[in-house]
Amino acid sequence: MNHNSTAKKAVGLALTLGAVGVGALLTARARATKPSPDDAPDYTGRHASGEMDVEGCTVTIGKPRQELYDHWRDFQNLPKFMENLLEVRPVEGQDKANWRIRAPAGHMVDVVTEVAEDRKSEVIAWRSVEGSEIETTGRVTFTDAPGSRGTRVSLIIGYKPPAGAMGRIFAKAFRREPQIQSRHDLKRFKMLMETGEIATSARTKDQTRKAKMEEEA
Amino acid sequence: MRALTWQGHQDVRVETVDDPEIINPRDAILKITSTAICGSDLHLYDGVIPGVLPGDILGHEFMGEVVETGPGSTLQKGQRVIVPFPIACGQCFHCTIEQFSCCENSNPVEKQDLTAPLYGHPLTGIFGYSHLAGGYSGGQAEYVRVPFSDVGPVVVPDHLTDDQVLFLTDILPTGWQAAEYAEIGPDDTVAVWGCGPVGLFAVQSAIAMGAAKVIAIDHYPHRLELAKKLGAEIVNFRESNVLQALMEMSGGLGVDAVIDAVGMEAHGFAADNLADAVKQKVGIGADRAHVLRQAILACRKGGRVSIPGVYGGLADKFPTGALMEKALKVRTGQTHVHKYTKMLLEKIEKGELDTTFLISHHLPLEDAAEGYRNFHDKQDEWTKVILRPGMERGTARAGQAQETQQA
Ligand SMILES: NC(=O)c1ccc[n+]([C@@H]2O[C@H](COP(=O)([O-])OP(=O)(O)OC[C@H]3O[C@@H](n4cnc5c(N)ncnc54)[C@H](O)[C@@H]3O)[C@@H](O)[C@H]2O)c1
Ligand SMILES: [Zn+2]
Ligand SMILES: [Zn+2]
Repeated sequence: MNHNSTAKKAVGLALTLGAVGVGALLTARARATKPSPDDAPDYTGRHASGEMDVEGCTVTIGKPRQELYDHWRDFQNLPKFMENLLEVRPVEGQDKANWRIRAPAGHMVDVVTEVAEDRKSEVIAWRSVEGSEIETTGRVTFTDAPGSRGTRVSLIIGYKPPAGAMGRIFAKAFRREPQIQSRHDLKRFKMLMETGEIATSARTKDQTRKAKMEEEA
Repeated sequence: MRALTWQGHQDVRVETVDDPEIINPRDAILKITSTAICGSDLHLYDGVIPGVLPGDILGHEFMGEVVETGPGSTLQKGQRVIVPFPIACGQCFHCTIEQFSCCENSNPVEKQDLTAPLYGHPLTGIFGYSHLAGGYSGGQAEYVRVPFSDVGPVVVPDHLTDDQVLFLTDILPTGWQAAEYAEIGPDDTVAVWGCGPVGLFAVQSAIAMGAAKVIAIDHYPHRLELAKKLGAEIVNFRESNVLQALMEMSGGLGVDAVIDAVGMEAHGFAADNLADAVKQKVGIGADRAHVLRQAILACRKGGRVSIPGVYGGLADKFPTGALMEKALKVRTGQTHVHKYTKMLLEKIEKGELDTTFLISHHLPLEDAAEGYRNFHDKQDEWTKVILRPGMERGTARAGQAQETQQA
């Protein structure tokens, strides 16, 4: 993994987190956007709907809803599977958390988030508070899979490339990254919950992605 | 440690590389005692499976002694184990229904994007089998890191030699699964293309499952001879018209089941194969599907097509019409090795299956490159090569009677 592609990944999350006020878009289905509505999730649409990009991804995890919800709801667990999230700390005295994110070129960005929606074993949505360096929102839902197959977990994010000259450059170069990043994060979550670890083909500790990212930071 | 590394097209070398380490809790490290070269490795050697990088360690058929374990491993130091070639977590949906080679959790997330666009789903992790299958270091080395070591490895009893149990890692279960997929009944005639290790074990399995007649097809006299010794009738495609021969030998009905144990690098000068070979050379992901086409044509109406042979890309002139109009049933895939290891180990112990008859050479790991060259260029005599890290350089031994010296 060379420096370039790591930087690219980092930009990915920065963009993911660059979402703005898309709460309304993040419902399971935005009925109004397809001229001839069907049952497929809105983010699978062939045509862009509105000014915001909405990305979504679903995995089935062989664990009960509650266990998955509980793990995700404890935001301090998120850095275990969200590669560019370095640390999540509760903000004292408030129901908020400080997310420290790896940004391009060895930078670090702090974002304060608050919970926008929270229903036990069903849904968690979050967004950055006003005045954050970058703005972010995301929504994860947990529904029973058929029979004994566990839980379907959907992560939906909406984003608008961050503002400013840098933002524009990143957005142009890495348009698809947020989708890839969120899919990867979700699959790592599945690995962690099902197997207790995240697969790596590294032969030595120095070759793991984590080690390489730290080395480059 | 020393390890066999891929360097480029038909260029492999034994080099000194970093030793593996325990990384995840369920990992174990093995000290390799025996490791084989597989027909699948030849696809990498020939560069027809992409995604291998210079320096990658090959090898997915290996066994050895446990020398280190992570806290989540159930193995103990000193145990002697064989390791299935697909890497499986044991806990995902596919693993729980015994589709181990379809495990969702063994190919690292960032590598999954290499194959998902081509196949609709990512490949499962496989040892030493390109970055498409995860980029794991293989076992043609002195040591190997084995993930999910609580699921795959099987402890083997001391009274069985390496030669007897090594093929539990791949080709023995692969031949068995191929025959199982042929759904053999007592009156059935089964045709097997390819008398390499996979084809030979498919022949042996088909006979063990009670087929009335098994017909083996190849062009190498010695390999055909091995099939004949197992009890098969043989057809040399350089001497006989295969389709006509199979129709006649199955009483004009067509064979009840066909097994393609050749895969994407079919030999021969049939027109379709030559066209495929050109496309494969220019690197557009073309499979040489000559054998599969022939097998489909040879299969009787309503019969079964079993495909253990590996394909990786796309095939032209695929006989969709014959497939549909003849009502054929197709089964294929990388072998769900984990599903078969214990059952086949029992059969080896009881002496019901001979696993050593096809071994032609033992080489020191140091001479692995020579092993590749000969297994590739002199297929007739070099039927199966076993590499041993401990063996001294230049001490190649032919034949299977190497049972005496177990470490
Ligand atoms: N499904 C699995 O899990 C799995 C596992 C192991 C190997 N494989 C695959 O099985 C195949 C065979 O493996 P192997 O180790 O026996 O390889 P191998 O190269 O030793 O044997 C292949 C044999 O096929 C013969 N052959 C070539 N063209 C032929 C033709 N037109 N008609 C009849 N025979 C022909 C060759 O002469 C050779 O003897 C390979 O594609 C390999 O990748 C699959
Ligand atoms: Zn193999
Ligand atoms: Zn699995």
